[in-house]
Amino acid sequence: MLQEIVISGFGGQGVLSMGKILAYSGIKEDKEVSWFPAYGPEQRGGTANVTVIISDEPISSPVLNQYDIAIVLNQPSLDKFEERVKPGGILIYDDYGIRRKVQREDINVYRVNAMDESTKMDNTRVFNMIVLGGLLKIVPMVSLENVMKGLKESLPERHHDLLPMNEKAILRGMEIIEQEQKAKVAPA
Amino acid sequence: MSMDVNSIATPENLVYAKPELMNDTHMHYCPGCSHGVVHKLIAEVIGELGLQEKTIGVAPVGCGVFAYKYLDIDWQEAAHGRAPAIATAVKRLLPDKMVFTYQGDGDLAAIGTAETIHAANRGENIAIIFINNGIYGMTGGQMAPTTLEGMKTSTSPEGRNVETMGNPLKILDLLALLDGVCLATRVSVHTASAVKKTRRMIKLAFENAMAGKGTSIVEVVSTCNAGWKMTPAQANDWMVENMFPVYPIGDLKNV
Amino acid sequence: MAEGISLMKGNDAIAHAAIRYGVDGYFGYPITPQSEVIEVLMEAAPWKTTGMVVLQAESEVSAINMVYGGAACGKYVMTSSSSPGISLKQEGISYMAGAELPCLIVNVQRGGPGLGTIQPSQADYFQTVKGGGHGDYKLITLAPNSVQEMADFVALGFELAFKYRNPAMILTDGVIGQMMEKVKLPEFRRRRTEEEVREQCPWATLGKTADRGPNIITSLELGSAEMEENNKRFQAKYRVIEEKEVRYEEIQCDDAEYLLVAFGSAARICLKTIQLAREEGIKVGMIRPITLWPFPTKVLHGYADKVKGMLTVELNAGQMVEDVRLAVNGKVPVEHYGRLGGIVPTPDEVLEALKKKMDIK
Repeated sequence: MLQEIVISGFGGQGVLSMGKILAYSGIKEDKEVSWFPAYGPEQRGGTANVTVIISDEPISSPVLNQYDIAIVLNQPSLDKFEERVKPGGILIYDDYGIRRKVQREDINVYRVNAMDESTKMDNTRVFNMIVLGGLLKIVPMVSLENVMKGLKESLPERHHDLLPMNEKAILRGMEIIEQEQKAKVAPA
Repeated sequence: MSMDVNSIATPENLVYAKPELMNDTHMHYCPGCSHGVVHKLIAEVIGELGLQEKTIGVAPVGCGVFAYKYLDIDWQEAAHGRAPAIATAVKRLLPDKMVFTYQGDGDLAAIGTAETIHAANRGENIAIIFINNGIYGMTGGQMAPTTLEGMKTSTSPEGRNVETMGNPLKILDLLALLDGVCLATRVSVHTASAVKKTRRMIKLAFENAMAGKGTSIVEVVSTCNAGWKMTPAQANDWMVENMFPVYPIGDLKNV
Repeated sequence: MAEGISLMKGNDAIAHAAIRYGVDGYFGYPITPQSEVIEVLMEAAPWKTTGMVVLQAESEVSAINMVYGGAACGKYVMTSSSSPGISLKQEGISYMAGAELPCLIVNVQRGGPGLGTIQPSQADYFQTVKGGGHGDYKLITLAPNSVQEMADFVALGFELAFKYRNPAMILTDGVIGQMMEKVKLPEFRRRRTEEEVREQCPWATLGKTADRGPNIITSLELGSAEMEENNKRFQAKYRVIEEKEVRYEEIQCDDAEYLLVAFGSAARICLKTIQLAREEGIKVGMIRPITLWPFPTKVLHGYADKVKGMLTVELNAGQMVEDVRLAVNGKVPVEHYGRLGGIVPTPDEVLEALKKKMDIK
């Protein structure tokens, strides 16, 4: 198993921590993992992205040009990463703030309206967990049990009271993700 | 019975001796320089307090850079200005030792201002012996931050012009403002009574360092007769007349 | 999950490994992309457990001089910074080399010159292995390529530094500092007692005891004849290090027709390039220098007759390439591929460069 994933959005959307939870969950399953952020000076706003690799084998490059899965959470991220999804790969987006359709036809496209849903849940801070839930529904690369273990490890203990809310958000993400496009395979 | 030198030089007649911690290395200091006196006082005080095995001295660039040759204690030579940073680490890592720096005016008040102020502001439990003679002695008589207005040096040949070269820096006044400082005092070594007072203050500074009271700074307003181009006696008079009004002797802080 | 495995950034691993190794003091000043080192240390508060001192200095200049002070006491002391801050530390590094003081310095490189960028770079290679500060001196230089090596090289760095009484540097970059991977941290060792330090480091300034003369730590020697002797002693030591401490990794070199030469993060990228190249039938291997000084000159020289060409891949405009060319001495073409200003090349990009520069059809 090898999953090469990029998660990209605004700073403050929880892009990096979502990647972190994924990575933590990966090591709970004895996988090899790497998490490499495009780090910047911005604490909030600006753009943030992180490359997460989960693999059965030791990981070579933590820096990639092409991804199996791109999760894009704002327009600049779609513009940057759409073309870098491998043919037949997956693009997941939240249409909040996305102003155009995905153009490529050779990739699978999923929509998860996590921003709307988190507002409905009255907790925009679980936005990233809803997205994560959506991802795990499509590609169950790690079990929910291990995700919760990973979440527990990546959260400071003073925030452990938030675990049930996060689990709820992950489950909600699994419910609301929708496929928009199935990859057209180019004729051989 | 006739009197000869051996019958006079007996232990019971001894009134003065070189301190035990001073070795016989020939000093590089110019005749009449204040450094030798201050070295002797430091050696005496360390001996008196029984701190020889606990003392680590830090001597940075300046005339005092060779202090390590003259006193038989452990020493570190420091880059120009960095002694308080070095002393900080030594004292933090060895809290039961007595750590002091021996810095000149260029070192403490120009290139090492940041290190000095921040060590004092953290209240590092170190003693700083600060020789202020208003000139760069070792490099041959250039202007120091503490050079007086109008004073001629090789880099202020027409006298220090405060309009373009800044004012004499009263760094001890700045340091005395810091909460981390427990002792900020100005002394001199040009008379026997002044030497005694300086000895008391160095002792207090070393005691403060051992007691963990914070940073102690003993500024010794000094002469540099070679740099000032005077005889030692003239230099002493010139210091009293010109240096003391700008750098008045006495405690700025002693808590 | 395997026992004792955790997931953390390279910078975090440095901090945790330092506490566990029994480091006595860390002195640093924040700068991106390595501030996690001091942040993690402050959070961990090792002064409450191991007694390790952690101090945020007023500048990088102060921090390296604090390291000088601690090292002169025979203590395990370290600092970390990133390129602009490392430039500020050069004075102190030269003094420590001149005073023969062991310490560990970590440089999590970012792109320069000047304030440059906070993104990853390897443009401080020359600064590190060719001097940096003034005078004829050498810095033992370790180049980790993973979070695990970040943790492991804390111990290795101190061991080499104390073995040779010389500063050692971990030369890494924003990729390895900021990325998270699995790591197994070393076991806890207790800090050495003062008696142990006195025994292991008879030169240390811990207070003069009656049984010895004063210990004096200095790089100053005004007599030219004596200073030349000091320099000869340093050079003799450097030759021993060059003889005994070269470390490198050979990856798929057995049948290689082309060699990549890369260290640190670039070597990680090249691992994937090798895989991509071999999928296309191009036989590529890699020499990864682990010590940048001492440099694996002999091993590279040995491959000069065996391969058709070498490509150094560096996050700079071509620095290590000079040492590779010296090693092969014109026997085989040596080219360089690099990205600048904080851009990290991707594996496929490196493959394209290899094909183009080595004229592989």
